[in-house]
Amino acid sequence: MDWKRFSFIAFIIAILFGTVVLVGYTSEPWILIVGSMMATTIAVATPLTLGALSGVFCERSGVVNIGIEGMMLASAFFGWLGSIYMNTIFGFGAMPSLLVGVLIAILTGGLFALLHAALSITYKVDQIIGGTVINILAVGITGFLNRQLFFDKNSIFQGNVPHAPGVLPVIVIPVKQGIEWICSLTGGTEGCYVTANAFGKVFEQKPIAIFAVIFVFVANYVIFNTRWGLRMRAVGEHPKAADTVGINVIRTRYLNVVIGGFFAGLAGAYFTLESVPSFEPLMTNGRGFISLAAMIFGNWTPIGAWAASLVFGASQALQINLQFFRTSIPPEWSFFQNSYAVGQIPYILTMIILTGIIGKTSAPAADGQPYEK
Amino acid sequence: MADNTKIVLEAKGITKQFPGVLANDNVNFNLREGEVHALLGENGAGKSTLMNILYGLYKADGGEVIVNGQPISLHSPKDAIVHGIGMVHQHFMLIPVFSVTENIMLGSETDHRKNPTEAPLAKLDREEVSRLVQALSDKYGFNIDPSSLVGDLPVGVQQRVEIVKALYRHASILILDEPTAVLTPQEADDLFNIIRELKKQGVSIIFITHKLREVLAIADRITVMRGGKVVGSAIPSESDEHQLATMMVGREVILKVDKEPAKPTDVVLSVKNLRVLDQRDLVAIKDLSLEVKAGEILGVAGVQGNGQTELAEALTGLRKIESGTVTLSGEDVTHSTPRHITNTGLAHIPEDRQKHGLVLGYTVADNMILCDYFKFPFSQNAMLQQKAIDVNARKLIEDFDVRTPSPYVSASKLSGGNQQKVIVARELSRQVDLVIASQPTRGLDVGSIEYIHNQIVKMRDRGVAVLVISAELDEILALSDRIAVMYRGEVVAVVESKTVSKEQLGLWMAGGKPD
Repeated sequence: MDWKRFSFIAFIIAILFGTVVLVGYTSEPWILIVGSMMATTIAVATPLTLGALSGVFCERSGVVNIGIEGMMLASAFFGWLGSIYMNTIFGFGAMPSLLVGVLIAILTGGLFALLHAALSITYKVDQIIGGTVINILAVGITGFLNRQLFFDKNSIFQGNVPHAPGVLPVIVIPVKQGIEWICSLTGGTEGCYVTANAFGKVFEQKPIAIFAVIFVFVANYVIFNTRWGLRMRAVGEHPKAADTVGINVIRTRYLNVVIGGFFAGLAGAYFTLESVPSFEPLMTNGRGFISLAAMIFGNWTPIGAWAASLVFGASQALQINLQFFRTSIPPEWSFFQNSYAVGQIPYILTMIILTGIIGKTSAPAADGQPYEK
Repeated sequence: MADNTKIVLEAKGITKQFPGVLANDNVNFNLREGEVHALLGENGAGKSTLMNILYGLYKADGGEVIVNGQPISLHSPKDAIVHGIGMVHQHFMLIPVFSVTENIMLGSETDHRKNPTEAPLAKLDREEVSRLVQALSDKYGFNIDPSSLVGDLPVGVQQRVEIVKALYRHASILILDEPTAVLTPQEADDLFNIIRELKKQGVSIIFITHKLREVLAIADRITVMRGGKVVGSAIPSESDEHQLATMMVGREVILKVDKEPAKPTDVVLSVKNLRVLDQRDLVAIKDLSLEVKAGEILGVAGVQGNGQTELAEALTGLRKIESGTVTLSGEDVTHSTPRHITNTGLAHIPEDRQKHGLVLGYTVADNMILCDYFKFPFSQNAMLQQKAIDVNARKLIEDFDVRTPSPYVSASKLSGGNQQKVIVARELSRQVDLVIASQPTRGLDVGSIEYIHNQIVKMRDRGVAVLVISAELDEILALSDRIAVMYRGEVVAVVESKTVSKEQLGLWMAGGKPD
């Protein structure tokens, strides 16, 4: 990632944040709005961040994965189904059910990734087609099972959508208390406490969102500073060279694609176990593809991809936060409230980014090429 | 080298079958301690296959490999590395976006530690390895900066990185596969010095090549392979180029091009005040003028990158001409399309045969009609005429001695020499007035070079004008009737080839002005 790209990201995020502040500063302190935007941005960027990490692991080892969307969708469904089974059929409590759900989602992602790996590494199927197959397969399986299980009178749930065990709880990292403590030491102006409130919000996140950020830095370290990362990148750049120094190219690729699948699975869990307690067909709504754009814009690095995910997250956060200030928007700008208008921003950004105007990116040299001795 | 020196590596009865080819047929080969053993053979003779077996990349169907008296089993390059075998491949096994250090530590990330670990998350000790690489580089005088990106290094330095990579893994047996194919003459000399230095340090070297002069210059012993078999061996002091060439090709080879004096007639190609830009919009050719007459060969000599590539592209319509004129057979073709120029009477043998000469995924037969596919008899009523294409292909394969299992294998499956023959067959079988041949024999073996040179001379004798562009001075001297020397986009001298010495040409190529 170069400064040009980071400044573009900072610029877009500033515009998005600025828009909300402009609309809302009359009704709320600006710092609270910024804090709220930051908190929402990080939360809604979670599936994009994890999806982009999934892409980084696959493509750095030389396998193009456009099936992340499908992996997410399938994981969202099976994770949710797992948690409901645990909760409703086996009678476990909400928390254990949710955790089992997350685990099943991760494994589902890994399993779909294993299918993709077998198709593209062993059977050397065109990887774009392999990924498309996964996307279509996921839509089909989840749609079919959703209908069979929840709308068929003879199913185990008697045709009802059962009561879900809820969503993962918010974990509070005590930053607010920390700043408040400093406020109390320094005399404690009201502004200080408002600031504490604003930044406190940023650190009140749900577990998958927190882990996503941790994984970004862990992945960055692993990819660029460990033996694993060096070998994985070597296999994605020049597999023959890796082979000649005794690295098992096939094995390396399989492992990294499956790890990528785990990330996509966790991203799927976000939708049904952390964000909302329900499943709808096609609910991933293109996030898997946007995360690929984030990966490309981040030049196949975890931190870069995260930064790009935050841009997309911020545009979604804009849409959500504008809802609070609906009344402040002048009538002639009211179309802006329409979620369809603002909802396009991530997709327009994706297109701009992919044109390469903001600097060229370079994919791993052997990305998408099956290895043959 | 005394015969009683210890044998460090021995291959006994190696056999390897590929689909359709017996690449190694009961091959025996040995290497003594501290010697340079050259393995000589044409492309496709089985040299690289044998080396890939010794390095564990291919598995032999039969035979055994013995290192220091012990038979070893080779399943992957790792086994070879453990037994002290290192290999520098013809196409470097380096990752351009990695630093020198990263390339060298790859696969042996923790081997420099007291307790090497297999832990996948072992941290990379870049600084420590970097110091070790620097030390190795200093020991042999390699002059490598461990922190630079490999992709930024010149080819000659990349090759040294490959050698350090092997030495870092404690290789005492070094296989160099066609090491000079990608080097300039100066870089090749540097390599020879490195090889002598390595030898002094006790490294035993297998040197694979098809260049005769190199073999005589550097080898202690020579083994010659042909058609997957060892066909003979020699000692440089008791042999010469002619004898080796005969052994290698299996018949008498004429290393010198045999040709009558030229009988030039009318001017066919006339270039006046040509100005062309390169990829980066910098001036590549400025104010260049030259003429080629029917029945003569004009050789364009010059160090690579002095505008020869752009000249060939401009003349064939592949690159825009800024100013000046190009006249072919009396017609102004300065701004014509490549197809128009081709139809006017140009045959073009391009510099990069795989990128611009062939469609690698097409069959040999289809590649042979790329210039004329839209004309009778290959095309009628917008339909390709398979019968005519087949007849044409079979005739050209026969006439031009293309070694291919059938006209319907894809061009990518042929060896370099045969790929070039496909292009030569297609271009020289057409009715043309002018042939432009860029680097026509780059990377080819002696047999193919001889063949292509003869075809070019044959064209001349039929009254065709020929422009040969080559970085090989020997080739220019052997083929040309007149020689034009290019330097920084200009023709600095045009001389009769009989009246000029190699040294004089070298001087002009380096920028010295003729009196």
